Amino acid sequence: MSDSIIKVENLGKQYVIGHQRGERYTTLRDVVASNAKRLGRKLLHPLTSASSNPHVGREDFWALTDVSFEVRPGEAIGIIGRNGAGKSTLLKILSRITEPTTGSVRIRGRLASLLEVGTGFHPELTGRENIFLNGAVLGMTKAEIRQKFDEIVAFAEVGKFLDTPVKRYSSGMYIRLAFAVAAHLEPEILVVDEVLAVGDAEFQKKCLGKMEEVATKENRTILFVSHNMAAIENLCQRVILLEQGSVTYSGETTKAINLYLSNILPSAIEAVPLMHRTDRSGDGSIRLTSFHVEDQDGQRIAAVSSGMDVTFVLGYKCYGDHPYRKVDVGFSAHSTSNQTLFVFYSSYMGRLFELTSREGEFRCRVSKFPLAPGRYGIGARVVVGGDEADWPNDGIGYLEVEAGDFYGTGAKGYNGAAPFLVLGNWSLSDTASL
Amino acid sequence: MSQEEILIKPDGNIKNYWRDLWSYRELFYFLAWRDIAVRYKQTVIGFGWSVIRPVLTMVIFTVVFGRLAKLPSEGVPYPVLVFSAMLPWQFFANALTESSNSLISNAQMLSKVYFPRLAIPASAVMVSFVDFLISLIVLFILMVWYQVAPSWRIVTLPILTLLAFGAAMGAGLWFASLNVKYRDFRYIVPFIVQLGIYISPVGFSSSIVPPKWRLLYSLNPMAGVIDGFRWAITGNDAEAYWPAVALSVIIITLLLFGGIWQFRKTERSFADVI
Repeated sequence: MSDSIIKVENLGKQYVIGHQRGERYTTLRDVVASNAKRLGRKLLHPLTSASSNPHVGREDFWALTDVSFEVRPGEAIGIIGRNGAGKSTLLKILSRITEPTTGSVRIRGRLASLLEVGTGFHPELTGRENIFLNGAVLGMTKAEIRQKFDEIVAFAEVGKFLDTPVKRYSSGMYIRLAFAVAAHLEPEILVVDEVLAVGDAEFQKKCLGKMEEVATKENRTILFVSHNMAAIENLCQRVILLEQGSVTYSGETTKAINLYLSNILPSAIEAVPLMHRTDRSGDGSIRLTSFHVEDQDGQRIAAVSSGMDVTFVLGYKCYGDHPYRKVDVGFSAHSTSNQTLFVFYSSYMGRLFELTSREGEFRCRVSKFPLAPGRYGIGARVVVGGDEADWPNDGIGYLEVEAGDFYGTGAKGYNGAAPFLVLGNWSLSDTASL
Repeated sequence: MSQEEILIKPDGNIKNYWRDLWSYRELFYFLAWRDIAVRYKQTVIGFGWSVIRPVLTMVIFTVVFGRLAKLPSEGVPYPVLVFSAMLPWQFFANALTESSNSLISNAQMLSKVYFPRLAIPASAVMVSFVDFLISLIVLFILMVWYQVAPSWRIVTLPILTLLAFGAAMGAGLWFASLNVKYRDFRYIVPFIVQLGIYISPVGFSSSIVPPKWRLLYSLNPMAGVIDGFRWAITGNDAEAYWPAVALSVIIITLLLFGGIWQFRKTERSFADVI
């Protein structure tokens, strides 16, 4: 037999999603009503098969299809993919929280999963009490927890507040304590979801260090899901790339990351190259032919992280008599609900171009990119001497923004859906400082 | 190391279900302990509530049924008569209420970490059991006060307690698992509990039920248990109605095993549905 510690074969997971808005759970009424309807239909039309869909407005959705891979003992495997690619579903199946619809998983050894920091923590209980509670929830015995207790407290740096209810903890302390408990589990396999996205930079470093230690020194197997490519690169020898529920690549880390970053653009816009698109207005004297973004080293990237210095590159081609003078070019970003977030023309900076060659690129370097993680539509327009030359109506592409170190502190900042990030200095002036 | 192998398959009945449950036995304790520890935080009277609640209910029942309605008490002080019946009933009612809501109030945990799901409703029942033990002490104080001497029958109390436990657990498992999918049960359970106290012989002795209705009356599994408690505690000579007790045992057994069966059948999809 094989020496794999995890063997996943043809795994699939199907969800049934209701399309009725706001329907969060089934009620008896729905079931009774739909059964009655079916019965009524049967009585009225006894010859037609009863297969006419009883779940009107329902749709099957495969979160995972035909996923197979193996993990050898001691390996650290990264799992990456866009939101909704099936990463969390995969982890949930491996952790036995939910069941697969097809396929099987064979796991040899104890598996502990950390899909969320602080699961089972109770705000009213003290730090000490929560260590025991959380440990038990994660599958540790009382004796094991007692044995690890000092180590956990030391790692979490909450010594003084051990007998304070955790509802009085700062969020940082809370997370430290929660991670500390989980990090001191001693399973053969550790499954970790995006938990390092929280906490301050120093603590994130500490957590990663701890995970590295677990992986290398203690030779445990780790499955790690993250959007933080740097962490993945650091920790994992092998990466599985998930796209729309299936494995599209499994292998070397850097290759997988590159694939991930370059495949991230949606195919809808990409299917027709910008140059050949017909949804455009303007006189056509100049045409935008391509769009991509580059990092500060001039490397082409498909996803930007908040706070990075990024260069927007717009390729063009001239069709009329060039040279063109007084060329103004701009691009814009739009939210998924199509709200315009910013418009930035070269003329705003007092810059108009003169195009002498037939082809070229407009380049715009934006430092400290200020958009929060998310997906944004990018539009662009070229104007010559005040007349519109080219404007692709449906935009020129999408930009995926990942969480990044915008504030330079390692903190991600606001967790809600505000699109903009602002940088500034905080200070205090109060009656005492007068 | 351990060569424990786990196979995850669709609809695969987990092979080591009960062994798994055993290895997580401390979790039952921790969850129950958490609920007890948390319950009286930020209250002034604190733990005293565990005593005050049953005593107050007993006083009300004594006044309403004993003094105002003048129901027969068969020579036993009415407070003792009421309290001995309230013990199993309160235990059942609290356990049912708590356990049927337990999965929903722990939804976050269910969807983020694996552990035997049975631990949640079971520990909810255990919390109510602790209340039951406290009430038991109150009862003994009451018996000393009214100078009611227990007879040998008191030794059957553990068996009767077990029956009450089975009834609470069985019904709790049914409602807990149904509640995950059909939140209607959130409204049905309080109603059952409210109705139950009137159709169970809590505020009165079941001797007032006409004999021809007695068997039908005993379909309520708690009726037999409550009569049993009263019989064991008050040392009353009124003969216990054995067909009712037998019926209770049968119904409770069915309820419990049916509950476990239902729970196991549905627990695999809890995380998807909740």
